[in-house]
Amino acid sequence: MSTATDTANEDLQHDHHDDHHAHHAPSGITRWLFTTNHKDIGTLYLWFAFIMFLIGGAMAMVIRAELFQPGLQIVDPNFFNQMTTVHGLIMVFGAVMPAFTGLANWLVPMMIGAPDMALPRMNNWSFWILPFAFLILIGSLFLPGGGPNFGWTFYAPLSTTYSNDSTALFVFSVHIMGISSIMGAINVIVTIFNMRAPGMTWMKMPLFVWTWLITAFLLIAVMPVLAGAVTMVLTDKFFGTSFFDAAGGGDPVLFQHIFWFFGHPEVYIMILPAFGIISHIIPTFSRKKLFGYASMVYATASIALLSFIVWAHHMFTTGMPVGAELFFMFATMLISVPTGVKVFNWVATMWRGSMTFEVPMLFALAFIILFTIGGFSGLMLAITPVDFQYHDTYFVVAHFHYVLVTGAIFSIMAAVYYWLPKWTGKMFDVTLAKWHFWCSLISVNLLFFPMHFVGLAGMPRRIPDYSLQFADFNKWISIGGFAFGLSQLIFLAVLIKASRKQGEPVDDRVWEGAEGLEWEIPSPAPYHTFDTPPVVK
Amino acid sequence: MVIKLVTIVVGMFGFGFALVPLYDVFCEITGINGKTDNTAAVYESVIVDDSRTVTVEFLTRTHTGMPWKFEAQTQRIEVHPGELNTVEFYVRNPASRPIIGQAIPSVSPGTAALYLNKTECFCFNHQPLQAGEEALMPMQFYVDPQLPEDISFFTVQYTLFDVTANATETEKIAMTQR
Repeated sequence: MSTATDTANEDLQHDHHDDHHAHHAPSGITRWLFTTNHKDIGTLYLWFAFIMFLIGGAMAMVIRAELFQPGLQIVDPNFFNQMTTVHGLIMVFGAVMPAFTGLANWLVPMMIGAPDMALPRMNNWSFWILPFAFLILIGSLFLPGGGPNFGWTFYAPLSTTYSNDSTALFVFSVHIMGISSIMGAINVIVTIFNMRAPGMTWMKMPLFVWTWLITAFLLIAVMPVLAGAVTMVLTDKFFGTSFFDAAGGGDPVLFQHIFWFFGHPEVYIMILPAFGIISHIIPTFSRKKLFGYASMVYATASIALLSFIVWAHHMFTTGMPVGAELFFMFATMLISVPTGVKVFNWVATMWRGSMTFEVPMLFALAFIILFTIGGFSGLMLAITPVDFQYHDTYFVVAHFHYVLVTGAIFSIMAAVYYWLPKWTGKMFDVTLAKWHFWCSLISVNLLFFPMHFVGLAGMPRRIPDYSLQFADFNKWISIGGFAFGLSQLIFLAVLIKASRKQGEPVDDRVWEGAEGLEWEIPSPAPYHTFDTPPVVK
Repeated sequence: MVIKLVTIVVGMFGFGFALVPLYDVFCEITGINGKTDNTAAVYESVIVDDSRTVTVEFLTRTHTGMPWKFEAQTQRIEVHPGELNTVEFYVRNPASRPIIGQAIPSVSPGTAALYLNKTECFCFNHQPLQAGEEALMPMQFYVDPQLPEDISFFTVQYTLFDVTANATETEKIAMTQR
């Protein structure tokens, strides 16, 4: 991007820096359509993810409204199934993953001292195909017969023999989402390998960069397997193949093996960048260096490697031999060792630090406690004999919402509050943000904690009705759900105010204890940064 | 670098499909899936072990949408390992159109599948029946004397699928000419 004659250093950079180049940036809508700037694309990803978060959240509201009391009252069961399916797909592929990609776009070049991502045009593509994927997916809900209704895991034969024709649209939208994340992952890897500033050795890289590098390798390893799985579903349904059809020599259990070979690394794709974010925020507000940097890097890598050999713990009830069940049980429990290393490192970082509790720190602390609760319920589910009891109940729903909502999504919110002043140059509305935090914290626990109890008592997931004895808990769960949904409108208000550049101007470092290259450039971050690479000592 | 990464992506896409045969091979070697060998075994110079008896139970079911009546004539049989036995299955097509059926076996416990040797089975081929036609389908088998001592009872379940839509052209022509 930078030219040989461009000698501007960081101090000279300002909003109109791009005027120094031979071309002018396009204005209006074309600025966003044709942009190759990592900051613009990061912003696009983050807004897209937030819109998807609200749409997927609205679907969760439909689910909770139906489950507010026993019996069928608001939607018919087929539509309920479509809501659970599309809610899951949107939250995984439309909210959490694009939000992390958006953060990577904004932060990775700034953290490693690179002027932009390595492949800016591909970067533009990888974002702009994404809205079409979700237009196709959401559009399929309005077709006769409705959209996908077989759960986000699309188990065969539900997605083959018993699905409707909109399955083809589901398959194509998953293909596009997959291509988008693979392109994003390739971009991250190439950028980190080739564009680090002089002196930034591997073991000096910020942890967000490390965790994203490992995540990107997971993405290029497993997203193609998902693409293969949906392609097999497509050909089984429409072209007479029998990958998953016993009548033609196939096997429906094979589907689950292929899906979870993708699916388990996928859950680490959604949490490793969160570990990176928390490893930035905790040291900043404890005013101490991160405890155990190297062990954090090795723990992340071991979690990634272990994630490939635990997939069948999702399938304990399919009739596996005891030897295999034991293997997958112990391999799964082994993952808690590197995860525990991380949690204890964060706690040790805070130990005797001069801690303050700004909004990003509040979210980070909530993350550590609530994610650990989700980790413990995961350990319970890993124990084969008790999994036979918990399988497909609300206990599973409670588990993965604790790790994904109070884990991944809380970390994304923490990241947005942490870096937002750097992006806009203005401090966000702290009062509103604190309201957002406390409302979210209380409502999210009211929403997901009782799910443990109804799950242990035997309430199955993905069913629009339930027995009378679950009625009280479900009423409270639904109230928590509505409150959590409404709390996110406070977040929307904070973001709108921030995007209008309202608020107190901030200095370059923003937070007293913040360390890293991104805090050494001006606030707001200029359109082009590090045209001349900084030297890392 | 980009080319290398794209190669990994293409390779992993291929690996997803490679899992299909890998899965079959893995299940065949370990026998953990209850799938039996789909080719005829040869019965020669097998020593009959009169000292133990094994109970074999036959279950039948038809898959959703398959109208045939499908029953095992022998529901339970006691055999000596190595001994050759024949059991028959009754099928009738009550529908008003010809249908081609395919039976898929599943053995429980799965490890017994490795020791069930079938010298002749209706499940090896597609089975056509005209409208209203009925038939007795034979299955000849012996239990390998190597069957582990702790297995004295196993179940063979046949599920009958309607594969008329997947039949080859020659099968369809053969059926209309009969």
